[in-house]
Amino acid sequence: MAYPYKHERETRVLTEAFGDPAARTIEGWKKYGGYEALRQALGMAPNDVIEVVKASGLRGRGGAGFPTGVKWSFMPRDDSRQPHYLLINADESEPGAFKDRELLRWTPHQVIEGALIGAHAIRAKHVYIYMRGEFFEPAQIVGRAIEEAYEAGFAGPDMMGSGIGIDITLHLGAGAYICGEETGLMNSLEGRRGQPRIKPPFPAVMGAFSRPTTINNVETVSAVPHIMRRGAEWYRSIGTEKSPGTKLFNVSGHVVRRGNYELPLGFPMKDLIYDVCGGIRDGRELKAVIPGGSSVPILAASECDINLDYESVAAAGSMLGTASVIVMDDRTDIVKAVRRMVEFYSHESCGQCTPCREGTEWTAKIMRRIEAGEGTADDLDTLLEVGRNMTGTTICVLSDSCAAPVASSIAKFRDEYMARIRREVPAGALTV
Amino acid sequence: MANEQTENVTCRINGIEVTVPRGTRIIEAAEQAGIGIAHYCYHPGLSAPAMCRMCLVEIEGVPKLQPACVSTVAEGNNILTESERARESRKGTLEFYLINHPLDCPVCDKSGECRLQDFVHAEGPKHGRLRDAKVIFGQDDFGGNILYDGDRCIMCTRCVRFMREVAQDDLLGVVQRGHRSVIDTFFEQGLDDSPFHTNIVDICPVGALLDKDFLHKARVWDLDHAPSICPNCSQGCNIRIDTRDNLVQRLRPRANPDVNSYWMCDYGRHSYEWMNGTDRIEAPLVRDGERLVAQNWQPAMLALLDRLKQRAGSVRIVGSPMLSNEDNGLLARLGSLLGAAAPVYRSARAEDEVVLPGFPKLARRRELAANGRGLSALGFERVGDDRAQGGLTSADVLIVLGDELADLPADFGRDASLFVYLGHRLHPAARNAHFVLPVSTFAEQEGTFTNFEGRVQRFWPALQPPPLARPAWQVLGVLLAGLDDGPAPADAANAFLRVGSFFEPFAGLTYEMIGTRGALMNEPVAIGAGGGD
Repeated sequence: MAYPYKHERETRVLTEAFGDPAARTIEGWKKYGGYEALRQALGMAPNDVIEVVKASGLRGRGGAGFPTGVKWSFMPRDDSRQPHYLLINADESEPGAFKDRELLRWTPHQVIEGALIGAHAIRAKHVYIYMRGEFFEPAQIVGRAIEEAYEAGFAGPDMMGSGIGIDITLHLGAGAYICGEETGLMNSLEGRRGQPRIKPPFPAVMGAFSRPTTINNVETVSAVPHIMRRGAEWYRSIGTEKSPGTKLFNVSGHVVRRGNYELPLGFPMKDLIYDVCGGIRDGRELKAVIPGGSSVPILAASECDINLDYESVAAAGSMLGTASVIVMDDRTDIVKAVRRMVEFYSHESCGQCTPCREGTEWTAKIMRRIEAGEGTADDLDTLLEVGRNMTGTTICVLSDSCAAPVASSIAKFRDEYMARIRREVPAGALTV
Repeated sequence: MANEQTENVTCRINGIEVTVPRGTRIIEAAEQAGIGIAHYCYHPGLSAPAMCRMCLVEIEGVPKLQPACVSTVAEGNNILTESERARESRKGTLEFYLINHPLDCPVCDKSGECRLQDFVHAEGPKHGRLRDAKVIFGQDDFGGNILYDGDRCIMCTRCVRFMREVAQDDLLGVVQRGHRSVIDTFFEQGLDDSPFHTNIVDICPVGALLDKDFLHKARVWDLDHAPSICPNCSQGCNIRIDTRDNLVQRLRPRANPDVNSYWMCDYGRHSYEWMNGTDRIEAPLVRDGERLVAQNWQPAMLALLDRLKQRAGSVRIVGSPMLSNEDNGLLARLGSLLGAAAPVYRSARAEDEVVLPGFPKLARRRELAANGRGLSALGFERVGDDRAQGGLTSADVLIVLGDELADLPADFGRDASLFVYLGHRLHPAARNAHFVLPVSTFAEQEGTFTNFEGRVQRFWPALQPPPLARPAWQVLGVLLAGLDDGPAPADAANAFLRVGSFFEPFAGLTYEMIGTRGALMNEPVAIGAGGGD
């Protein structure tokens, strides 16, 4: 199987060049229509660019799904007094998420082009690509692409003779999940401790370096050149009315073919699992799916007959998030899986807010104890109550993210927890 | 008028209507309405990170609970601090704190002043549900005056923010993250050289930061407290003197935004042992040949009055900047009645000012005594060097108040026809006095100091003086009355009024006007200029 695997049902827009190493160079990227959209955008007034993106209905791909054009329109229109910044959030590190990394690896110029268009739209003169420190290969690729873009006059002063100048800086983080939260990212970029900031003030008012700032996900800006080139209507023709466009579904877990698949939003989850990904491996049964990265509630197999768009997944009681679909088969030890997620959040909590600093580790301790066969039925109530106290009580949503898989797994797989508590499952048993 | 209307907003907090300037934080608006909102990380002298999550309140119409320390009130807000959601949130947060916090109240130095203890007692969970091992950080010596108990730390970061924002000496930081977070200094660089760092003990809401000087000395509920003024430089920091068994156990700053905000320097804080000195003059002593004989006040004063009335020759008056305006004012008055030359005083001076960068109005001033400016206003002249030595000469009649004369030769004043010494300790030169009168220190009496900028500030008695010691103003008041200069003042307030009647800078001021925050004396004030620095 060639890598990356391509499926016939994919709608390949952002991922068209995946698998073509030549597309990493500027010349190779031009063959895919590269930088045409930037030239077009630089000839437009910033507000007109925003209007196109608004009309496309593009929603942020970082997880929240907020309309991108609307976000851009929050930036001050008068840029004479203070610089604006566009930050590209390339700090992808949620368990299960691996889509941005692939965009950065295969299509660095697509990201750069989208970022430059976005910067022009919000009148920013500087783009920072904040990348996860561990992404050493993408960092080399993107770093080289930025150099090429400067050499070709697509970035820097007087881009393409337009008189517009925008600079790009690649900034490597030191590897902290919380630095992917937009205000934590800004703190980290400024050289501060990576801790989320209180909002308000919102970034569009006071962001990086105390200046108006917009933060966009890698996948979000990657879609922008295509929207500019092919038009908002074309983009709207893909996906659903409220969730237009394509989405990269990064599927991991117990399917035959794990990987990134670009599909129209609204694609049926069952089709994704059983057709695109080739079904559950070893012919096993589906047990559960986490549809949007580890921070969203788990769906039991019976709840998986849904379409993958923001509204449908929310209606099913979960969230599309980053569309990082984690598939679990019937051999999965839910307690162990959730304990691992909780350990992650405990490890990555910045420690700023008390409910998160203390609650994530307390949750992890209880989960470890239950897994070791030393839990009690009371522990489940404690977990739920601790989770409630961790939800909506902190500056960012990391602690909510820790509580969500715990609460949803207890609600849907209580029997498995009780089996551990009753020691029906041997402590430390080798489970998948 | 329209402007005034737009600058104020009216909201309701727990049903109480309160009108405050736009931009006021909920926690401050609530305080105005008489409602306390529990908090740890918020401190009015520091930035608010809203991280302790104790002050979450419900605002009607806002889906999430909001931190009262950073959220500002908006017109028409209906804020509920006691709603079920707000109370449940606080209770849940307290339980999080108790996960790792050791319940060592019986041995913790902060017990009795610990806000975790207070809030848990008020509305915390009855029992913690943690069944697992607590995290153990242990203790760390931060250098300087500070011992850090990581187990008790609740990571409110007040100490880190104080060092960063107020001391502007970034010696503390949070290291690690999540539940592994701990406050630390950088490598071996401790707090030794930072002159204001002990303030972090005051602002630590729990027993995580301990002042080594106070460690294990007293339980806080055994302490008596007296509002006072730091006597150790001319800044005049408002302080609280904490005593037990008639001994000063510690000095702590008392908030006064006009003088010292919430802070004081470590030099002033830890210079208090002299107040506990036991080598005090305990009774009036009257010379009989070569001997000093203890007497009761009445015969001593009558004899002294006799001698004063028969005095002859030059009169020299020596005052003390460690004693009050009242004491020195009546001394100066006595001097003028006796026809003395300008009274003098001596005081030590430091080489430099040590400014608190985040509140530059506060500094450890060069003048290392509280009342030099007051003495200037009373007509005293400073003599001697920067170590408060030299500059004194004898005279036919010598009256010394408070100056211990420790540097002077043993025969100083022996040639005087009348040498009156009012003081606390009997150094050799003072033994030459004809009359030795025990007076109380500033810590043992009520009175006022005038700080470097001319602010007259009151202090209150914190200690019992030795049984026969009297405030100097009382002794001098009786002497003045004996010299037919009006009735002796009945109390310190009265003595202050008397001083005001003699000395223009204090005219018209009363204790009531001075209150707890002080009042500027009637003298043109030029901060940093003149003899007051």
